Amino acid sequence: MSTGTAAPKVTGPPPETTSSSDPATPTLAFRGVAKVFPTGTRALEDVSIDVRAGEFVSVVGPSGCGKSTLLRLAAGLDGATEGEVDVRASTTSFVFQEATLLEWRTARRNVELVGELAGVAAAERRRRAAEALELVGLAGFEDQHPRSLSGGMRMRVSIARALVAEPQLALFDEPFGALDEITRLKMQTELQRLFQLKGFAAMFITHSISEAVYLSSRVLVMSGRPGRIVDDIEVPWSYPRSPELRYEPEFGRIVGRLSHALEAHS
Amino acid sequence: MSHDTAVGAPSAQASSSAATTPPRAATTAVRPSGGRAGAAAGTVWGRSAPIVAALLGIVAIWYVVSYVFLSESRRFLLPPPHQVLAETVGNTLVIAPMLAALVQTITVALIGLTIAVAIGMTWALVMSQWKLAEKILYPYAVILQTIPILALTPLIGIWMGYGPPARVVVCVIIAVFPMISNTLFGLQSATAAAHDLFTLQKATQRQRMTKLMLPAAIPSIFTGLRQSAGLAVIGAIVGDFFFQQGSQGIGGLLRTYTLRLNMEPLFLAIIFTALFGVVVFSIFAALDRFVVGRLFGVSTR
Repeated sequence: MSTGTAAPKVTGPPPETTSSSDPATPTLAFRGVAKVFPTGTRALEDVSIDVRAGEFVSVVGPSGCGKSTLLRLAAGLDGATEGEVDVRASTTSFVFQEATLLEWRTARRNVELVGELAGVAAAERRRRAAEALELVGLAGFEDQHPRSLSGGMRMRVSIARALVAEPQLALFDEPFGALDEITRLKMQTELQRLFQLKGFAAMFITHSISEAVYLSSRVLVMSGRPGRIVDDIEVPWSYPRSPELRYEPEFGRIVGRLSHALEAHS
Repeated sequence: MSHDTAVGAPSAQASSSAATTPPRAATTAVRPSGGRAGAAAGTVWGRSAPIVAALLGIVAIWYVVSYVFLSESRRFLLPPPHQVLAETVGNTLVIAPMLAALVQTITVALIGLTIAVAIGMTWALVMSQWKLAEKILYPYAVILQTIPILALTPLIGIWMGYGPPARVVVCVIIAVFPMISNTLFGLQSATAAAHDLFTLQKATQRQRMTKLMLPAAIPSIFTGLRQSAGLAVIGAIVGDFFFQQGSQGIGGLLRTYTLRLNMEPLFLAIIFTALFGVVVFSIFAALDRFVVGRLFGVSTR
């Protein structure tokens, strides 16, 4: 709870040239990572993953296999026991399982929080928040409190808050898990559009195989605890992808292969 | 394919908002905690009618007991309402000192409440910052809460004398606990994910306090305030009752009237203390609804 170091803040939009613009250097790299909790639970075992700029990598796996731990390591919220987690992004954003909005702030002020904490001037962060909210289709809802927004809309605010910092790496921890199926499909389309527009590197945790295939350029399958990467599948289609893609036979084949891999290792 | 998605995306958005808004609106009416939305419904009259009816009921029962259950020789035990009013409100010698005493007690209660709020919030803030402080300080808060105040008051009298300062101390001891426990609960109510969010944004400890923990605590703080306000009233009256030096409070008068069997003034004094409690509670309940409603976007009318 007490992480109170006044670290240098990113005040402007991130510079155009960073190390991650070199396609050879991954934006996020796990090398031989293991994680053992103080309780002795081995959550991850020898995990190596590269996520490059413009890649959308999903991780599917059985419940409790350490998928979320993986994301916390990438975000720097937790440290690896063994191995190395290398992040080469000037800005990393995290989208939580729940929308995690501050209930006393309006949608706009929730998005503004990021700039507020980084010391961005009021007018500038207001402009950026309005832009981000418009991007996620919430223009006109800026002054609503989270309480009066639907689950899907709350998640949109959460995504706007993640995107307002113009991240080079975006981490998603089962963001659509709590949404109903119809809202969920719409949010997938939305996220795919935003990914294409913004070009961040994405790591996406999900329980849903078809969600992973629809969104991702690569899908990783994790085994049950301790989590290991047991399969790594390229998804061939380029972006943007039509929602109709879900009904293609090839889509079904990939989903099938992933399901088998999951069953074999859970 | 590109064209297909470009057209598909905005329409998907639009229908998503349209499809999801109405059910949510229905939920919102039910969800706000503490029945805040319930208070918004109905007019002032609609809300106060049951209260007025209950009051009339009490007066009716009072008359029945006075005239039906009590024989004339024993009617002094519960003089009928009109007689109480006639011999107190109609008598300057009774009503003037009683109002002065009430003002005195209100002053003690307000000072006591202010001090209790300051101490309680500081206490909780310190505990929320250091786990060790919580371990050390919380048991004392519980002890304060569990010691019967009657066991402490004589001691307070010996130490502090029997004037108004001692009354304030009693008031603070009685009123402080809800402030401590509710504020602490509120400060700790922000979710782990919300804390992670602040950690990821490299928030300073101060930012975490002012932009996350304190705002998250506000509903609980107001709950604590409401409870403490009610207890401050009790504390002030208990203080009056025990400490009779200096100007008398309403609690002091209660004792005097009891000893002299001045039944009519005694009943009026009891009514005043009850009203005092109800008014204080209502003020803080309204304040709670108003502030929390504004802050969290729940309309209160």
